[in-house]
Amino acid sequence: MSKLLLKTFLPQANLLFINASRLVSLNWVDTIIIVLYFAFVLGIGYYLLRFTKTGVDFFLAGRSMTKWIAGLSFVAANLGSLELMGWAAASYQYGILATHWYWIGAIPAMLFLGIVMMPFYYICKTHSVPGYLKLRYGENASMLSAVSFGFMTVLMSGINMYAMALVMKVVLGWDIHFSIWVSSLTVMVYVVLGGLLSAIFNEVLQFMLIWFGALIIPIVGLVEVGGWDGMIQRIQHNFPAGDYTHLWHTLGSFQNNPMGIHWTGIVLGLGFVISFSYWTTDFLVVQRVLAAKDLRSAKMAPIIGASFKMFVPLIVILPGLLGLAVMPGLVGQSEAVATGAHSYNEVLPLMLARYAGPGLLGLGVTALIAGFMSGMAGNVSAFATVWTYDIYKPIHVALTKSEGPDAHYVKIGRLCTIIGVLISIGTAYLVQQFASIMDYVQALFSFFVAPMLGTVLLGMLWKRTTAKGGFWGLLAGIGSSIGMWLWVKIYPGALKIIALSGHAKDMAENMYRALWCWIICVVVTVIVSLLTTPKPESQLVGLVRGCTPLPSEGELPLLKRPIFWAAIVFIVFIALNIIFW
Amino acid sequence: MHKQFISIWFFIGTLLTIYGGIILTANIFEAVTPSSGNHIVLKELNFGIWWGALLIIVGLLYFISFRPWKKR
Repeated sequence: MSKLLLKTFLPQANLLFINASRLVSLNWVDTIIIVLYFAFVLGIGYYLLRFTKTGVDFFLAGRSMTKWIAGLSFVAANLGSLELMGWAAASYQYGILATHWYWIGAIPAMLFLGIVMMPFYYICKTHSVPGYLKLRYGENASMLSAVSFGFMTVLMSGINMYAMALVMKVVLGWDIHFSIWVSSLTVMVYVVLGGLLSAIFNEVLQFMLIWFGALIIPIVGLVEVGGWDGMIQRIQHNFPAGDYTHLWHTLGSFQNNPMGIHWTGIVLGLGFVISFSYWTTDFLVVQRVLAAKDLRSAKMAPIIGASFKMFVPLIVILPGLLGLAVMPGLVGQSEAVATGAHSYNEVLPLMLARYAGPGLLGLGVTALIAGFMSGMAGNVSAFATVWTYDIYKPIHVALTKSEGPDAHYVKIGRLCTIIGVLISIGTAYLVQQFASIMDYVQALFSFFVAPMLGTVLLGMLWKRTTAKGGFWGLLAGIGSSIGMWLWVKIYPGALKIIALSGHAKDMAENMYRALWCWIICVVVTVIVSLLTTPKPESQLVGLVRGCTPLPSEGELPLLKRPIFWAAIVFIVFIALNIIFW
Repeated sequence: MHKQFISIWFFIGTLLTIYGGIILTANIFEAVTPSSGNHIVLKELNFGIWWGALLIIVGLLYFISFRPWKKR
């Protein structure tokens, strides 16, 4: 979801660069901790080289991951440094509203992936989401999604890399080229050596470091303010005019909350279309679950991921709220540039500097670096898989009339990893020169994500969907998304038609645009499917609900059934929303 | 997979134990000889010492439970 965040966070980070002066200084203990981290991740990559011989080893981690490892990696691939910095800043700006991106914007979709969609992804033995589309709809829809995903993934990775380098420049005073090259080459080495296995291993390690590094702030912060109630009182005292501590209370109208959003946008746009698109069809995260060792582990992994995701606001949102309580003077970026005051974009490192002593500061900075590297490793390993299997392989087979040996694809996968990292580095430098590119790349990404959900869902749940219906529906969804985006760019008045209000902000526009293009994708897919001939049911076995015999879980004890744990997580999710209503 | 690899939890345990040791040592040293440049809030709680100890305990739990030489 950091893709959504970049649009608001990074342009401001660009401004930060103008008056950059380091926020914190590391001592030798902190430096040792950071150096040890780099040595460890490279060592793990080197150790895993010997276990990465076949295509399944390299691209799917041997399909041998336990539910815990697949589940933690599933969440870690999304928990980037921008996620930490940006959402802490967003919670200082918008208050607890930012939590929606972690709860309704993630939990229902993750549970749906585990319980409803995972059996089909797993049983059909696909290695990727475009691979599933190939089996279900044929080459056209698969190629369209593979090419768009491949390009967008490395471009986004480059933008994230540049953002991380800017953060390191601002927080630590590190040279921007040093940050870009050291972190990206480290990721490249360990992914080239150990493939997805190495990426997943390191993501789990990084996940633990992120928690141990970032948890310092909420613990000491809550001690300082006298617990949760003390924090609320201080926030209300500091900001008597605003409501920063209610999740749903202010969403009755666009004007009543600082996000300029209505609850329908949060529920339908974020909670359904954007969240389900990202968490169930973005191959970056789905790939982690495909590496699970069996179907039950594959179903449990997103449920375990969801249970951890629910508590990420502790290390992301709570520091922002604590900032409102103990550092009320942080200002918006333009004002910070003009006055030299601190911006709320710096709230996380400022809180870290406030509470972290020797070594703890190094651990906190390691958490930020680990967050960036886990996200980048996720991007490049997904990129290598999609380009090798979904783009290169069909072309290779068409030209040579033979499949070629498995080892050949492992070599291509390693080469694609190197190319992916180099394109990311190139993108990072391009964004440094032309900041507006970032807006266009993010817009491009948003064009493809929501329609993919319509195409995949109908393909999985409705056996009448045809290959032509899938392809034309996906194309119509993408086309309509581009059309709406251009309409608002050329004629800003169109915003009140698309987002239902002239008061809507960027985030609200994204949500409604996603909703409309998803609806268009579904409608076109259904109409074209009804007008064309479907595949016989015998060809849909393993791909579509109703045509696929699913293994029964009836004989399993209750505590081993994924549906039981999904229900528990969902109840906790509902309870949290009511508690913070 | 042709061979069984060392559990990721063993690596995590090792790193957390090392980190815990470094942080604990550095913060005990800081508590004994406070540096003038250190202006952290609630310094008197010696949070770094507690956090270093916690990292060692968690790290050792993982290190011992998932050690590769453990008899199965």
